[in-house]
Formats: sequence, C-alpha cells, structure tokens
Amino acid sequence: MIDFNTLIDWLGLFNDWIAIVLMMVGFYTVIAQHNLTKKVVGLNIFQVAVFVFYISMGKIEDGSAPILKDGVEIYSNPLPHVLILTAIVVGVATTALALALVVRIHHSYGTIEEDEIQVIEHGEEDIA
Amino acid sequence: MSPAEFTSDPWLILLVVVPLLAAPVCVMLRSAGGAWSVATAVSWAVLAIAIKLLITVLDHGQVVYRIGGWDAPWGIEYRLDPVGVFVVLIVAAIGALVLPYAKRSVEKEIRRDRIYLFYAMLLLCLSGLLGITVTGDAFNLFVFLEISSLSSYVLISLGQDRRALTAAFRYLIMGTIGATFYIIGIGLLYQMTGTLNIADLKSIMPAVVDTRTVHAALAFLTVGISLKLALFPLHLWLPNAYTFAPSAVTAFLAATATKVSAYVLLRILFTLFGDVDLFAAFPLQEILIAMALAAMFLASLSAIWQENIKRMMAYSSIAQIGYIVLGIALATETGLTGGIVHMFNHALMKGAAFMSIGAIVFATGAVTLQQLEGIGKRMPFTMAAFVVAGLGLVGIPLTPGFISKWQLVTAALELDMWPLAALILLSSLLAVIYVWRVFEVAYLREPVIGIHKPQDVPLSMLIPTWGLALAALYFGSNASFTLDLAHTAARHLMGGL
Repeated sequence: MIDFNTLIDWLGLFNDWIAIVLMMVGFYTVIAQHNLTKKVVGLNIFQVAVFVFYISMGKIEDGSAPILKDGVEIYSNPLPHVLILTAIVVGVATTALALALVVRIHHSYGTIEEDEIQVIEHGEEDIA
Repeated sequence: MSPAEFTSDPWLILLVVVPLLAAPVCVMLRSAGGAWSVATAVSWAVLAIAIKLLITVLDHGQVVYRIGGWDAPWGIEYRLDPVGVFVVLIVAAIGALVLPYAKRSVEKEIRRDRIYLFYAMLLLCLSGLLGITVTGDAFNLFVFLEISSLSSYVLISLGQDRRALTAAFRYLIMGTIGATFYIIGIGLLYQMTGTLNIADLKSIMPAVVDTRTVHAALAFLTVGISLKLALFPLHLWLPNAYTFAPSAVTAFLAATATKVSAYVLLRILFTLFGDVDLFAAFPLQEILIAMALAAMFLASLSAIWQENIKRMMAYSSIAQIGYIVLGIALATETGLTGGIVHMFNHALMKGAAFMSIGAIVFATGAVTLQQLEGIGKRMPFTMAAFVVAGLGLVGIPLTPGFISKWQLVTAALELDMWPLAALILLSSLLAVIYVWRVFEVAYLREPVIGIHKPQDVPLSMLIPTWGLALAALYFGSNASFTLDLAHTAARHLMGGL
C-alpha cells in the first residue's frame, strides 16, 4: 500500500507534474509530427509547460498579490510571474515568425508536410 | 568587491541600446540606401564603443553598469570582464566589416523592397549578440538570446533559394527548444538560489550544488546552449542555415553567433558554476571532449564529401566549434586560452572564407565545386583571400589557426593527454583534404566554358574580405595581442584574477 504521506508529497508537486507532462507532450509533438503547423503547436505546448513551471514556482500557498494591504502578510513572489510575462511575449513572437515561415513554405513548396518537402528538396540537390 | 576592481561606465549600455534603437529607424526610413547608411554608421559606432570599453577593461579589470541605478541583486546589471570584452570585440569588428560588404551583395540577393527590413534585422541581431555578452543577469541573457535568434531566423529565410525557408524553420524549432531548455535551467537555479544575477548565483552555488535540482539545471543549460552552439550531435540546423542564407548573413552569423553561444557556455561552466569543482563532480569533461572530438572528425569528414562550397565551410564550422569546445573542456588555463583565442581566430578565418565565397557568388553565381573550376585564374584576388582562410582552417604556421591549435596541443600535453594531442593534429589533416579539394578545382583546372563571364567584384566587398584575410595573417604571425587577451580572460575564468 502506498504510504499516505508519500502520496501527499507527490500530489503536492501536482503543478510540477503537469508541467513535466505538458513538456513531454509538446516535445514529442515537435519531434514526431511531420506537419509543420503541428510542430509549431507542439513547440507552443512545450513553452506553455515552462510558463506553468515558472508561475507555480512563484506562487505561495495562501499568498496574495504583492500589493500592500492590511491583514495580508504572505505574498507570492512576483518575479517569476514578471519573468514569464517576458517569456510569453517571446513565445508569441516565435510563434508568429514560425507561422509566417510556414505560410511562405506553403507558397513555395505547395505543401507543409515535412516528408514531402524532403522529397522535393532531394530532387533539387545543389543546382543553385 | 573593492572599488578598484571595477568601474561604472555608461558606454556599456550604449553598446546594446544604439543598435536596438537604430533598427526601428531603419524601418521608418523605408529606403535601402538610407537603412544601409544608418546600419553602417551604427556598426562603426559600436566598434568604437567596443574599443573604448576594451581599454577601460584592460585598465580596471571589469566594467559595470546598473540599469536604472538599481543595485545588483535586485536590478539588472551589465558587466563586462576580460572574457566578455573579447567577444564584444569579435562581434563589433565583424559587424563593422560585414555592413559595408553587405551593400552590394544584398542588392543582388534580396528583393529591393525588403532590403531596409534586412538591415533592421541585422541591427537587432547585432544588438542581441552584444546584449548576451554584456548582461550580468541570467534571465536578461535569455531575452537577448531570443532577440538575436529571432532576427537570425528572419535573416536566413531571406535567402534566394526556397530551401532557405525550410532551413530557417528548422533552425527556429531547434533554436527555440535550445532557448527554452535554457530558461528551464535558469528556473531550476532560481528555485534553489532565489537570484538571477550571475555574480550572485556564483556565490550561492557551492551551498546548493549537491542537489538534484541543480544537477538537472546544469544538464538543461548545457544541452540548451549546445543546441545554439551547434555542438556536434546538436548541429543539424547549421549546414542548411549557412548554405542558403544570403552571403552577408552567412559571413556575419558564422563569425559571431556560435562564438557568442560558446561564450555563454563558458559563462555557465566557469562563472555560474565557477566556485564549484564542476569537472570533478560530473563526467562533464569526458562528455564534452568526446563531443568535441566527434565534431572535429565527423564534421570534417562530412565537409570532404560536400559539393557545395558554402555547405563545406558550414561543416568545417562545426568542426572548428569542436576545437573551441575542446579548449573549454580541458578546463586548464592553457586549454581555455586555446579555446578563447580560437573563437577570435575562427571568426576571422570563417568571416574571410564566407565573404570570399559571397564575392564569388556575387560575380558568377557559382557555389558548387564543379562550377568553380578555374575560378582562381578568373578571380585571383577573391580566391587568394579564400586561400588565406583555408590555410588558417588547416592550421599552417603564420595563420591564426596554427596559434590556437598550438595552444590546444600544448594544453593537451600539459595534462599528459598524448592521444588527444595526436588527434588534434590528425583532424587537421582532414581539413587539408577539403581545403585542397577547393584549391585543386580553383587553380589546377581550366576555367569552364559556358558559365557566364564573371562580373567585377566591387571594392566595397573586396576590401572587407581582404581586411579580414589580412587581419588573419597579422594575428597569425603576431599573436601576442590576442593570446595575451585570451590568457587574461582564461585566468579570469579560472578565478585567478
């Protein structure tokens, strides 16, 4: 039988588990999917996992937002949240750029399936 | 820290801010010529600031700038030490040479209505690379890493061939994974130490280094940066990215981007974990040496089989990164000196090589060895610059490659690693083969008939190319300046300063 305390310890890391599972799901999608758009989706999930990881890092149980207020003594750490705001912006920029590239790739190759692109590229090996 | 050890200098922030602000100016100008003028002026201003900072750092040891006047652990501080200033100098000098070169080259390779955007991106990339080098804050470093990466994806995708798009996309996927690994690592470190300031992290590290969290952080940081660095098994994005990017971009990125990543690796291993005996606690040294050797041999072997000269030089870059990482992995003063000086020397040689290839592409459109037959007779000046760079890659005496390889061999011998010293020499023989293939085609064969008559290469492209080639020859025959600086940097990293 599982020790109750061990179970609590494991459940207490619930956010971290979610982050790790999301991370692996995203990473696997990036590697395994042949569709370029789905790769971008995987990349997004992968990044969101890191956001979750950071946000839960700063949160303290019963902690309030870091605003001075009577009766509040425990504050969450705002720094990881601020950092991740920056990382989200970076993520948006990366996604936008990736999708723009996907559009351009579709224009010039007529497909966004990686294996089909590879076949086309092999056909024109080093003429240019 | 005593006040004599560092000095505050507002020029430090200008290094980053000037190109950052000039980028939107380029966009607003909306003219190719205007954007080019702004970018060139800025790149030379940056070089001037870099030289000024070099003098200050040599006088005072370190330069610090506090953003917004906030003190270090809370505010973000910019810090430049002998290691950083060396890399800043490389990036600034290459930037100042690439921009004059880019004018004609870009006019030919990029659609006219996109040229001003190209210069904006190049400035952003320059700003990001310099930011990585000067920042003393681990998260700030991530932001600059992404600024430089995002702009380099765009720069690569502007190549003429449609394969530039897929190359940029692959680089984007791998680069983003690398950068995300880096923030995971920083997050884990933040959990353990509660600080993001690199100097602060360094002082807290010994207390927490034996935890699994920090071990995981080290793994994430090393793998993440190795992706950016194109360390051997993680190099897959590099060959196509260098092959299909516009010539000026290839020259710029090959000479700077991977060097800056190598600098971040140095920072992680020797500053973040500087107070910890990292190489005794982890089998990191063995792993890095194995990767470096694999890069030196397998990438050189791949280079031998390439028909496209740009891709050949790209594989050669991966091999040369192997030498840099080998120096880092040896983790002795001599080894680090070798690694750091090779960052500089490789920037000179690869810059010259890719610039001369760019000039050949400009004049003839030829990139495959078959098309290059007899090019040495048709374009003697351009090809001679390539010869200098090629000899440097081999490591012939009087070229900079010799200096760094000599340092690395000395370092290996100091550690009684005879086989390693032999392998360094042996891998140079592989470089002889691929460089010789180009020489043989370019000089010993008759020019092919049918290829359109080469245009004249403009002086604005020849002068920067020869500038780098002559600098390579100078620093190859008189290495005291670079070696001294690299040695100071290595001593600084090893904690002797």
